[in-house]
Amino acid sequence: MPEHPQIVFAGTDGGAVLDIDRYRAAGGFSALAKTRAMAPDDVIAELEASGLRGRGGAFFPTGRKWAFVPKPEALPKPHYLVVNADESEPGSFKDREIMLRVPFRFLEGCLIAAHGIQSQHVFVYIRGEYEREFEILRDSLEAVRKDDLLGGVTVVVHRGAGAYICGEETALLESLEGKRGQPRTKPPFPAIAGLYAAPTAVNNVESITTVTSVFELGAAEYAKLGVENSTGTRVFSLSGDVANPGNYELPHGISMRELVYDIGGGIANGRELKAVIPGGSSTSVLTADDIDVKMDFTSLVEAGSSIGSAGVIVIDDRCCMVQLGIRVSQFYEHESCGKCTPCRVGTKWVTQILEKIEDGRAAQADLDLLLSVCDRIMGKCLCPLGDSDAIAVLSYVDRFREEFQAHIDLGRCPFDGESSLEGILAPSAMHASQGHEAAHV
Amino acid sequence: MNDAQIQRLRKQYPDPLSAVMPALRIAQEQNGGWLSPDTIREVADALELTPAYCLSIASFYDQYRLEPVGRRVVEVCTNVPCALAGAQQVVEAFERELEVTAGSTREDGEYTLGTIECLGGCGWATVVAIDNRHRLRVTADDVPGIVKELRGA
Repeated sequence: MPEHPQIVFAGTDGGAVLDIDRYRAAGGFSALAKTRAMAPDDVIAELEASGLRGRGGAFFPTGRKWAFVPKPEALPKPHYLVVNADESEPGSFKDREIMLRVPFRFLEGCLIAAHGIQSQHVFVYIRGEYEREFEILRDSLEAVRKDDLLGGVTVVVHRGAGAYICGEETALLESLEGKRGQPRTKPPFPAIAGLYAAPTAVNNVESITTVTSVFELGAAEYAKLGVENSTGTRVFSLSGDVANPGNYELPHGISMRELVYDIGGGIANGRELKAVIPGGSSTSVLTADDIDVKMDFTSLVEAGSSIGSAGVIVIDDRCCMVQLGIRVSQFYEHESCGKCTPCRVGTKWVTQILEKIEDGRAAQADLDLLLSVCDRIMGKCLCPLGDSDAIAVLSYVDRFREEFQAHIDLGRCPFDGESSLEGILAPSAMHASQGHEAAHV
Repeated sequence: MNDAQIQRLRKQYPDPLSAVMPALRIAQEQNGGWLSPDTIREVADALELTPAYCLSIASFYDQYRLEPVGRRVVEVCTNVPCALAGAQQVVEAFERELEVTAGSTREDGEYTLGTIECLGGCGWATVVAIDNRHRLRVTADDVPGIVKELRGA
């Protein structure tokens, strides 16, 4: 395997840097010192020059996002930096490893960002299930405080409590304000009226950690990595039916073949590749024929999918795509916050129609109904949660239509009980079996 | 509820309403892992909110529990990457070894077994949370050993 530059995980030698002295001895917090000597506008300009784009899934240019936050003199309210550490997208587990291995590079990035948007208040919203990660952040933050590096900025680590929807930035802000995590109507956008109705930048953990790296290297050097429109490295989360799953920091633009076969060791157990979900479960599936696609924003859009959160799920030939659709849809159904009807009801219908197809009870019209329900979810809600279900399921039907058709024609699942997802028990089904089915449908 | 702890939480935030989630978490930990109506009322009193408001928050988030749980809580991730790695076999092994059906608490109150949505450990499947601590790369064959360990603790 060729050596790839490590930017986010620099200096770790495959391990973790949990000691602040060790981090500082290797040049840690020099980027913070450098940026604090710069005017905030220059920090933002440098970041824009790096081409860094958000790693949470939307790939929005980070510098431009900061530039949208009004200057304190223009909008004299407290300014907030909120870091989205609510990583919950199935297939994605990179932010967790970043917090476990380079907590100081992450915290340094928070302080650089706070300087850039002229904020004195940082909130890190970490998902409630991340216990060890929370403890490491808490201890690392204490070390930063003791070393007098906060510069008057308060950093609060706020724990979520199990709600995927809080990864959506406005739901996250609601949750942080002590409310149910339900998305807001936009506009106003968080940059103008975010946390406590004040100017707020919301950035993902990997984006913020990469900010530190950009100022360590300089924007021009950083921008040499990766490809046009997708500069720098990416922490790809590789999972599923692959020999060596895990997180791999690689330059954008590497081919899916290199990721899955050279780095991931190929398909586990000598099976054949069937499909790859390239950017977390909300992105469109690709087939084995797409294996040479480049893993960058533009190339994946051209291939009909998205880089999303770079959570790459590899699927071998044992998997029934209807069952995959059911399990993915059960997830979005379970996580729908209930605010918008097309999502709240539509995700449940998608699951039900897919179950009918899987059980061999479906007529031809049910497949059309499935597509119609997906179409009635798409773009009809305040946030993209319902869209994610529709996009995923539509892509399974589109790329594996003959398999859906076979279920209808045969009146049963062609995998005859041998699919790798056979019988999987989802929390939503478990609740239903106990009579705890959500009362909102 | 420790009032000083709650007041310290409130001071962390520009608006004390933000303290409701951490307060519920602490209250649940101190009440044997679930939020009883009395516990909800105590949180509401400490934060000067209504019990109904606190319940509206507690019922929204999966980690707050509104029913008693077992002494040990075992949750198996069954989202796609864990499912591909054999999560269902892990669930069934726990059902056998713990003598409890997934989605329920054993009658003697020792164990709660559940399935859970993605825990963010897809590359280390199957992920099992035991009292919120994650065990990675768990296979069905590992389950008898884990249960033996739980029985000893």
